[in-house]
Amino acid sequence: MSYINSIGKYFGMLRYVFSRPERLKVYHTRTFNEIEIIGLNSIGIVAILSVFIGAVISMQTAANMTSPLLPKYTIGYITRSSTILEFSPTIISLILAGKVGSNIASEIGTMKVTEQIDALEIMGVNSLSFLILPKTIAAMFFFPFLIIFSMGLSLVGGYVAVTATGLSSHEEYVFGIRSFFLVSDITYALFKTVCFAFIIVTVSSFFGYYTKGGALDVGKSSTQAVVWSSICILLMNFILTQLILL
Amino acid sequence: MIEVRNVHKSFGDLHVLKDFSATFEPGRVNLIIGQSGSGKSVLTKCIVGLMEIDQGEILFDGNDFSKMNRHERKEIRKEIGMLFQGSALFDSLTVEENIMFPLTMFTRMSKKEMLDRANFCLERVNLEGRNKLYPAECSGGMQKRIAIARAIAMNPKYLFCDEPNSGLDPSTSIVIDNLIKEITYEYNMTTIVITHDMNSVIEIGDSIVFIYEGQSWWYGDKKEIIQTDNPEINDFVYASQFMKNLKNKLKTEGI
Repeated sequence: MSYINSIGKYFGMLRYVFSRPERLKVYHTRTFNEIEIIGLNSIGIVAILSVFIGAVISMQTAANMTSPLLPKYTIGYITRSSTILEFSPTIISLILAGKVGSNIASEIGTMKVTEQIDALEIMGVNSLSFLILPKTIAAMFFFPFLIIFSMGLSLVGGYVAVTATGLSSHEEYVFGIRSFFLVSDITYALFKTVCFAFIIVTVSSFFGYYTKGGALDVGKSSTQAVVWSSICILLMNFILTQLILL
Repeated sequence: MIEVRNVHKSFGDLHVLKDFSATFEPGRVNLIIGQSGSGKSVLTKCIVGLMEIDQGEILFDGNDFSKMNRHERKEIRKEIGMLFQGSALFDSLTVEENIMFPLTMFTRMSKKEMLDRANFCLERVNLEGRNKLYPAECSGGMQKRIAIARAIAMNPKYLFCDEPNSGLDPSTSIVIDNLIKEITYEYNMTTIVITHDMNSVIEIGDSIVFIYEGQSWWYGDKKEIIQTDNPEINDFVYASQFMKNLKNKLKTEGI
């Protein structure tokens, strides 16, 4: 019953989040600030993860190619397909759910328990929209760029790994990543990313905004935000794969 | 003027406010006093709309706030300033930005006009030149004064102060009390202060409501509260042995 209540409360929250902003100029400024906090500050971790994911995928593929009938360019092809379709949009989004989601939940949760949200409400500011809308727009706008960046770096990571270890040549790998390329794969990946960005911000904000109590509860909200964002991402990934790819 | 009429508020089986009524006049410092857990903060949150009442009326200059929709409430809230117990300053903004925040959201002032207003408010609370500090860099007393400066930035008609002296030393408390009193008289605001600090009661209590078991138990002013024979009030005001001895001494000496 409490889950149903929470789902209802979440959608009730979204209604206020997407209501008309009081002052567009302030929201613009906040959105750009959030792009920096949520997006630009995540570039480092995305870069590191992407390079290693790409490197590991390519080496795992090479290690499992026991049949001599399989051409060497398969390594590049599988690295590209796995990266674009799943690893970059889904795994990086899960990582971002941990980094960005916990940050959002703890920021909003702390504002809640220190009465800063009450202060906004007393002033006549729609606190839900003021706090959550700029973050949502920033994430939905910037995460696709992060994922494109991640895709590129994964392919580079894969390239470095297989060429440096002699598992594949430069030509074979590049031929592989260019083989059977479908633009729709990128579209699908970016569409998924936008959905995941929405989930990460709104679910995390939900747990932060409805925090009750003190510092300990802010910590709990933060953990719940990461757990539920991740579950929702996996669920949404399953649904989107079913709807779009199959 | 704010009128609270027959307000009831419950949380499950816990009946916090029971038929509470009171009138808070403009140009006076109206105190709500009572023991911890008596319903003071709940009452304030109900008056400003942070909590919904179960029954009754809350009138801001004759307009029933409890029956207003979100948009109508927003208009009233632009005329409300509130000083929270923990100051509730925005951590990520400087002192100056905190004070300018309501002006940025709700006025068409230019940057210079907003800055002038912020400087005026800071001067009013004796914190000129502290514009660029962050709340974390300020002491508790300074944070309270910054919160007062933010509360008066929009020139509000109504000012709410939730335990403005909590966590402050006696001398800083007097500074905050006097500041609240001065700005109330200066701008003819309807000021409601929640407190259980007896120094504040004696210092600034133009009008006092004693809340007991969720009801408006006693009304009076700072002179009457010292002389009353109401047992619940006496238990609250003269809680310590020292205060009880003092009262007996004053009584026997006929003061």
